[in-house]
Amino acid sequence: MSLDSRDVGKIAHLARIEISPDKVDEYAGNLSEILDLVEQMNEVDTSQVEAMAHPRDATLRLREDRVTESDMRERFLALSPASETGLFLVPKVIE
Amino acid sequence: MQWETVIGLEVHTQLKTDSKIFSGASTHYGAEPNTQACAVDVALPGVLPVMNRDAARMAVKFGLAIDADINRKSVFARKNYFYPDLPKGYQISQLELPIVGKGSLTIDIDGERKVIGITRAHLEEDAGKSLHEDFHGMTGIDLNRAGTPLVEIVSEPDMRSATEAVAYLKALHSLVTYLDICDGNMQEGSFRCDANVSVRPLGQEEFGTRAELKNINSFRFVEKAIEFEVERQIDLLESGGKVVQETRLYDSNKNQTRSMRSKEEANDYRYFPDPDLPPMELDEAFIESVRAELPELPEARRIRFTTDYGLSEYDAGVLTSTRELADYFEAAVGRLPEQPKQVANWVNGELAAHLNKDGIDISASPIDAQALAGLVARIADGSISGKIAKDVFEAMWSGEGSADDIIEARGLKQISDDSAIEPIIDEVLANNPTQIEQFKAGQTKLLGFFVGQVMKATQGKANPKQVNELLRQKLDG
Repeated sequence: MSLDSRDVGKIAHLARIEISPDKVDEYAGNLSEILDLVEQMNEVDTSQVEAMAHPRDATLRLREDRVTESDMRERFLALSPASETGLFLVPKVIE
Repeated sequence: MQWETVIGLEVHTQLKTDSKIFSGASTHYGAEPNTQACAVDVALPGVLPVMNRDAARMAVKFGLAIDADINRKSVFARKNYFYPDLPKGYQISQLELPIVGKGSLTIDIDGERKVIGITRAHLEEDAGKSLHEDFHGMTGIDLNRAGTPLVEIVSEPDMRSATEAVAYLKALHSLVTYLDICDGNMQEGSFRCDANVSVRPLGQEEFGTRAELKNINSFRFVEKAIEFEVERQIDLLESGGKVVQETRLYDSNKNQTRSMRSKEEANDYRYFPDPDLPPMELDEAFIESVRAELPELPEARRIRFTTDYGLSEYDAGVLTSTRELADYFEAAVGRLPEQPKQVANWVNGELAAHLNKDGIDISASPIDAQALAGLVARIADGSISGKIAKDVFEAMWSGEGSADDIIEARGLKQISDDSAIEPIIDEVLANNPTQIEQFKAGQTKLLGFFVGQVMKATQGKANPKQVNELLRQKLDG
């Protein structure tokens, strides 16, 4: 299976990754190779194998419903590029 | 052409846990922005989610109440999208193996029962809030809500009208509040609804293309939004157009829906199992311990109210619509076991009207169940008439004390003593000779006039039944 430059552009947009136009063909090639590998694995009959949700044979640990965190607002806001009246500020988003 | 409406609902219910689903930050509503957002909620690098047991417990409780399959093993997945109020860049949700599988809920449409299928219910975390007021052309982000546990309940496309959709939503609302897993507060967003709406020619098997109506925050708006959308789609189809699959936002001010964004790229969420969270496995002991906590459910309670208390379907339905109201009614009837119908009338009548007028919840009622029973008892034993009782209720509502205190202080006790009523009747008759003539000449309707005069002379305190009897005796005699 091979990806063209349009697919690469779409994937980059979804992942919010900026890529320079002269790299697009290279990435399309790399990604296609990965998909070829997946294609190869798809040939194995796995109909009798239960799908795996996690590589480790572990189950989820559950915690008690207790409030254990305190207010860290000032420290977290200090890490952000912009903040005001207790809010993080980001470039305007309107749907 | 005859069209048929097809509706499926997705309801997000906020679970009533103290802490978040994957962190120990508080979920308490109304705190100062970002004061309840910990390192996990703001997605600092290196943090790991740890699942809240009570969130799982509440989801299981819901599953058991709708008689659903509880998946002993369920899997958390990442739903990827970019939005500033979702700092991780993904929402932790469940896709292929949700905690609750197929179940159903029975609704009531004018006395007719209809079973609505529930496809699934899954656990997920809520996002934060974006504030679009002007911050110098920027958007403000409050992450207090980020990580609040939600159960998303997805119905089958089983509803055929806006009325059915509202009935389903109300039944679901009542159920989650009965189960005490959600506070049901729609204004605060604890119970939110998206509606998938489509139309098809009546008799056609295949579904039409649907539109998804987002975040409708009241029962009334659900009805209006769906009705508008159905009209829009039918108009579109009948004028030769096509319905586009898309998300539409309901504008309650204009009462219309408008396109929000195209949903063609629906598969772009790129779900995959969250590597931070291994599968959640629940054992029988856990599930049975939740089953043991199940309260009597609204449907069962409604039926019991009609059989045990002899209430009408309507009264029983209204009284069991919330657990608090049903508890209130039963507490009052506990005090006055022989008067269930009277108590129901007062709860659904005067009390409901006052709560509604003041916009308060039954739990905040200034008249508690015991006090209301005290008032109804005085009507039942003939101390006061139903009319006077309304004045007493009014005084109780404004905090003037118990029914007995008010009756005593205002001298409202009904006059039920013949020797006290008779002189007043005599006086009324003596003052109205003309009317007596007319009465004796056959205008028997004038009895009402005399009763009225006596009641007026006693400021409504005379027992009306006795007044009637005594008047008849005197006039006929």
